[in-house]
Amino acid sequence: MKLGAVGGDWLDERVGGGGLVKFFARKIFPDHWSFMFGEVALYSFVILLISGTFLTMFFDPSMTEVEYDGPYEALQGMHMSRAYESTLYISFEVKGGLLFRQMHHWAALVFMVAIFVHMFRVFFTGAFRKPRELNWLVGFSLMVLGMVAGFTGYSLPDDVLSGNGLRVVDGLMKAIPIVGTYISMLLFGGEFPGTHIIPRFFTMHILLVPAMILGLIAIHLVMLVAHKHAHYPGPGRTDRNVVGFPLFPVYTAKAGGFFFLVFGIITLVSATTAINAIWVYGPYDPSPVSAGSQPDWYMLWTDGGLRLIPGWEFTIFGYTVSLNILLPMVVYGGLLAFLALYPFIEAWVTGDDREHHVLDLPYNTPVRTGLGVAWISVYLILAMAATNDLIALKMHLSINDLTWLFRISIFVAPVLLFWITKRLCLSIQRQKRNLVLHGEETSRVVRTKTGDMLEIHEPLDEFERWVLVQHDDFRPLKAGNGVSALRAKATSFFFKDRIAPVSPAELREAMEHAHHEKHVIDEVTDGDYRIPAEKAMH
Amino acid sequence: MKALAARRHHPMALLVILLLALVATGGLYAAFQPRTAQAEAYTQEDVDAGKSLFLANCATCHGTNAEGLTDSDGNTLGPSLIGVGAAAVDFQVGTGRMPMENSGAQAMRKPAQMDDEQTRQLAAYVASLGPGPSVPEDEYLDTDQGDATKGGEIFRINCAMCHNAAGAGGALTRGKFAPTLEGVEAKHIYEAMETGPQNMPVFNDTNLSAEDKRDVVTYLHSLEETGSPGGLSLGSLGPVTEGLYAWTIILALLLGTATWLGAKAK
Repeated sequence: MKLGAVGGDWLDERVGGGGLVKFFARKIFPDHWSFMFGEVALYSFVILLISGTFLTMFFDPSMTEVEYDGPYEALQGMHMSRAYESTLYISFEVKGGLLFRQMHHWAALVFMVAIFVHMFRVFFTGAFRKPRELNWLVGFSLMVLGMVAGFTGYSLPDDVLSGNGLRVVDGLMKAIPIVGTYISMLLFGGEFPGTHIIPRFFTMHILLVPAMILGLIAIHLVMLVAHKHAHYPGPGRTDRNVVGFPLFPVYTAKAGGFFFLVFGIITLVSATTAINAIWVYGPYDPSPVSAGSQPDWYMLWTDGGLRLIPGWEFTIFGYTVSLNILLPMVVYGGLLAFLALYPFIEAWVTGDDREHHVLDLPYNTPVRTGLGVAWISVYLILAMAATNDLIALKMHLSINDLTWLFRISIFVAPVLLFWITKRLCLSIQRQKRNLVLHGEETSRVVRTKTGDMLEIHEPLDEFERWVLVQHDDFRPLKAGNGVSALRAKATSFFFKDRIAPVSPAELREAMEHAHHEKHVIDEVTDGDYRIPAEKAMH
Repeated sequence: MKALAARRHHPMALLVILLLALVATGGLYAAFQPRTAQAEAYTQEDVDAGKSLFLANCATCHGTNAEGLTDSDGNTLGPSLIGVGAAAVDFQVGTGRMPMENSGAQAMRKPAQMDDEQTRQLAAYVASLGPGPSVPEDEYLDTDQGDATKGGEIFRINCAMCHNAAGAGGALTRGKFAPTLEGVEAKHIYEAMETGPQNMPVFNDTNLSAEDKRDVVTYLHSLEETGSPGGLSLGSLGPVTEGLYAWTIILALLLGTATWLGAKAK
C-alpha cells in the first residue's frame, strides 16, 4: 500500500471531503488563452493581499503632524502627517519596503487591467448569456469595487497628488443638489480635508472593500463551477457539454504555474519600474496642484468628462447647480448602467431563453460587437481627455484644440465606430459564408478544353466547416402577436442587417457544384494540381 | 541751534525738511533695497561688440535700437529689450531660445547659437540700454548653501502647477508649454525666475528673494541627485504613463505567458 493512499484515507476518515476532491480533480475546463485573464485578476488580488499585509505592518494611518527627519534630504524638517511620514519610512528605510509598495501599486493596476480584458472577453463572446447573467453582475460589482479599493488606497499616503484626487471627489459630492454638502461633511467628518478621511479610508481599504471583493470572488467562482466553463465553438462542443482537460493534473499545474508567472512579472516590473514617487509630490497641502495631476488609469475616465464639459452652471434660490459636474456624472452613470444591464437588454431583444455554453464568435453578433466597441470608444475618449495636458505637451499640440477634438469625437466616434465595426463583422460573415460554400482559393487557375478559366478551390474539412456554420440566426420581429412595437424596433436594430447562415440545401448544392468542377479540372490536369514550374523541379 | 530754531518759521523751512526727508528715504531705500544678485562689470568693448552682434542677429525683430518692432497689423515682432537686463539675455541666448528659429507658440530650446563670450557681449549691450536684472552671482547658485526642503516647498506651491512636481514640464494654453527643468543649468533656472521668459511669471527679489531662488535651484538639483529610487521613472509624468505601461508592456508580458500556457496543451 502506498503511503499517499494511507495518508489520504486517514484524512478522509476524519474530515471527509474525498468525494469533493474527486469531483474537483475531474472537473473539466476548456483551454484557451483568452480564458486566462480572470485568473490574472485573481492572482493580482492574491499579490495585493500579500503585499498589502506587509505594508500594514509599517503604515500608520494617522493625521498627527510630525517633522520629518528621515533619510530623504529634500523633505528634512518638513511638517507632514504620520501617514505620509510612514509611507516615506516604508519607501526609504524598511528593507524591501519600496519594492513592496511598488508591487502593491503595480498589482492594483494589473488587477484592473485584467478585470477589463476579462470583461471584454466575456462581453464580445456573449458569455454573459443565460445562465451567466448574475455572474456578469457579480463581475461588474468586482470591477466597481476594484475602483473603490484603488481609489481609497491611492489616497492613503496623504501626498499632494492623492489629496488632489480627494478634492475632486469632494467636489463631485458637493455638486449633488441639496444633500451634496451633507454627504461631503459626513465622509470627511467636517470641512475638507480634515483629519478623519485617512483613518476612515484605511479601514475601508484594508477591511471593508477587500472583504467584499473576497466574498464576491467566492460567489464568482462558485457560480463558475456551477455553470461550468463556456467553450468556443468546435467539433463536438455543444451547450450540453464541456470539452477540455481535467482540473487535476492539467489545470492544477497550469494554474499553479501561471500564478507564479504573474507573480514573477509583477515583481520584475516592480523591481525595475517606479510608480507613485510620493516624495516628489510632497506632503498634502490644499494649495498646490501640480501639472500632470491625474488619477490612476482606471479612474481617468471620471476626470475626462470634467475636463471636456464647458463651465455650465446656474443659480436657483441662491443655490448653484453645477451642471458642469452633474452632467458628466450622469454620463458616467449611464456608461456603468449600460455595462451592468446589457445581458438583460439583449435577452429581452432576442427573447432567447435557452442556456448557452458555446461562445459566440464576435463577428457573428455584429450589433453587440459594435455596441461594445462604441462603449470602449467613449471610455477611451474620456480617459484621453483626462490626459489632454500630457498629450498636448508630448505631441506639441494645443490643449484647446485637443479639448475640442475630444468634445466632438465623444459624440461622433461611438456612432462611427459602431457602424464600421458592424459592417466589418458583416463582411467577415460574408467571407466565411463563401469559404464554407466554395472552400479555400488556391490561386491555381486551370483553362478547360472549352476555354473556361477555373480556379482550384480546396474544400474545408468538416471540423473547420462546423465552426463556421454552427451559430445562431436571429431575424427582426414584426410588432403584434405579443411583440411590442418597441421590441420589434429593437430586433430590427439588432438583426435587420444579417447574413443568412449557410443552409444544408445550399451546402449540398455547393458541394455538388464543386464536385462537378473538380471533375472538369481533373480531366485537364489528371488530378495533378502542380504548376509547370513545380513539376519541372522533380 | 538757537539760530536754527529762530528760522523754523521761515517759508523755506518746509522745503528744506521735505528735501531732507526725501534724501533720507532715498538713501535708506538705496541701502536696504533688495539687490539684484550682482552687477557684472562690462567694458565698453563688450558693449560695442555686443551691439554689432545685436545688429547682425537680433535687430530684424527687436529693432536696431532694441526698441521692439511691430508689423503693419500691429502684431509684435519682437518686444523692446530696454530694461530687460543682462539676465534675460543670458537666459534666452544661453539656452538657444534666441535668436528664434521660427515663430510659433513659443521659442524652443535648442543648441546655443552664440558662444559664452558672445552671449556675454550681447548681455553687456542690452544691460547698457537701461537698468535690469543682471546675471546672478555664483554665491546664489551654490547648491551647498541652499535649503532643498524650503526650495521644495516653494517649488510645489509656485512652480509645479506648470512645470510638474518632478519638473518634467507641463502644457499651457494654445500649444504653449512649461518646459522640462531636467538638465537645465542652475544659472538659467535662476535667470528664468528672475526675468520670467515667455509665459512665465516674474519672481523678482521682492517676492522670491535671491536666497529663496537659490533654495529652488538646490531642490531641483537634489531631485536630479536623487534620481528615481524606484527604477525607471517613465518620464516622471505620473499615473498616466504608469497606466499606459500596465496596458502595454505588462499586458504584453501577460498575454505572452497566457498564449504560451494555452499553446502547450496541444
